[in-house]
Amino acid sequence: MTGAGFPGLRHPRWTRAEMVFWLLPVLAFFVFPHHLPLGSQILIAALFVLSFDLILGYAGIISLGHAAFFGLGAYTAGLLARHGWGEPLSGLLIAAAVAACVGWLTSFLVVRGQDLTRLMVTLGIALMLGEAANRLPGITGGADGLLGVQMWKLLGLFEFDLYGRTAYLYALAVLFALFWLARRLVHSPLGLSLRGIRENAQRMPAIGAPVTQRLSAVYTISAAYAGVAGALLTQTTQFVGLEVFSFPRSAELLIMITLGGVGQLYGGPLGAAIFMIAREAFADVNPQYWQFWLGVLLVAMVLFWRGGVLGAFALLRSRLAERLK
Amino acid sequence: MSAALETRGLTFEFGEFRAVDGVDLSIEAGARHALIGPNGAGKTTLVDLLTGMRAPTRGSVLLGGEDVTRVSAQQRVRRGLARTFQINSLFPRLSVLESIVAAVQERTGSAWRWWQPLAASRAEMEEAAAIAERLGLRAELGVQSQALAYGKQRLLEVALALAARPRVLLLDEPAAGIPQAESAELFEVIGRLPVEVSILFIEHDMDLVFRFARRITVLAAGRVVTQGEPAEIAANPTVRELYLGNAEPAHG
Repeated sequence: MTGAGFPGLRHPRWTRAEMVFWLLPVLAFFVFPHHLPLGSQILIAALFVLSFDLILGYAGIISLGHAAFFGLGAYTAGLLARHGWGEPLSGLLIAAAVAACVGWLTSFLVVRGQDLTRLMVTLGIALMLGEAANRLPGITGGADGLLGVQMWKLLGLFEFDLYGRTAYLYALAVLFALFWLARRLVHSPLGLSLRGIRENAQRMPAIGAPVTQRLSAVYTISAAYAGVAGALLTQTTQFVGLEVFSFPRSAELLIMITLGGVGQLYGGPLGAAIFMIAREAFADVNPQYWQFWLGVLLVAMVLFWRGGVLGAFALLRSRLAERLK
Repeated sequence: MSAALETRGLTFEFGEFRAVDGVDLSIEAGARHALIGPNGAGKTTLVDLLTGMRAPTRGSVLLGGEDVTRVSAQQRVRRGLARTFQINSLFPRLSVLESIVAAVQERTGSAWRWWQPLAASRAEMEEAAAIAERLGLRAELGVQSQALAYGKQRLLEVALALAARPRVLLLDEPAAGIPQAESAELFEVIGRLPVEVSILFIEHDMDLVFRFARRITVLAAGRVVTQGEPAEIAANPTVRELYLGNAEPAHG
């Protein structure tokens, strides 16, 4: 292994904890055969939060409108399938490309500003796209959503079945592939440079780094990821509604990433799983009540428990290690 | 041969206030050039203008004879002009090694690589480790920048600048805030830098200035009051009144 003998360097080797993490969704497939649609939703949310972590956790860009790219991907995949191209994988690629293009174009508005500017610019773009979708019912179906999305068999072999088995495994495979790619990216030289920008963007030009170009690049990648997540939602549910552009969709990303832990790759997927399972469990009891406790939890977390679930794990581990000394 | 770094009529105004006023400065190749002057003389503003962190109201900056007045800060670093900051500007949660590698990889151009692990950037890491070694940071390679002792953080500032392999190095009070014994040590390290590196440094400790500088420029109220060899500056009555408070400066 290269890099040995250089302390302080993050090794990109897969740890046992990571392997366990990825075994869980595989196990869930067999243990909860009746909850696979929820499972797919979690996996899609996990991919969406992962895309968000790339910009927030690794480049320090905060956004309130990441649903813009999710929605673009969702409608791209939907429109393709609606107009006769129901092949899922190429649909994902095209959705990614469309989201990436818009991401790249809007990145110039986003990366130059400070936090408040970024929040407003991203929010504004998502609102504009959502409204555009609403006002073009001839194309998008407007408030009724896009009907008639017909997906072909996955790889020409697997029908998207009623139980959501194909959908679940498809979403899991895509999530894993893109997670693997993101993991590679954050451990790369480019990843280090992005962390440098997150840590101290003012210093980066003084070491010769083209900060705005780097931020544009990661924003574009993140948009592509979000687009794939949106496309997955369309393809697995065979429907798209205006909700894909909605503000709650963007805002929930912040909640999920806070729950899981920012800038650690696994925080996003973990936060997504906790959030969605908790919501599902509590929503049956009393939806208002659920939001109340969610609020309490969020306040408590940011005040006393920074770093989310992953931060808590790390803390617990170091405490245990001290005890055992 | 043109100067390593030169300014012509460099002026910077904050509204009505002229922080830097028609400065003509020439840093020769291989210089050990001190920039001194009372607080508020415009020294740091001048460094900001030289590095492109601020754009001058008038005048020009020439790097190796080339006009770089409109060249971005980041591009000037690539052309061999590096600086350190008076107030530490580090990457708190990057380790010493990661910080220096981040700077080295910008120079070598590998910072855009996303398809291979950082651990594969062997040459960059070895170079970073060598720079750390030179600054006495070898034992701290794996330590997060925020966990370093203050004096070590100052050294890391210099390490980040050196990683750019500068032809011209601007040190803005490199020893600010560290005990005298350590600051002397820091200047020993700076003194050992290769002679091809032209150095302009801002420093308040006159002992250090007279020990290391071979040329001194005195700045007050944004203007160059005088410049010359240390002996001339020490003997200059205006300077002594203005800055040295009439005290006999110690010679190193």
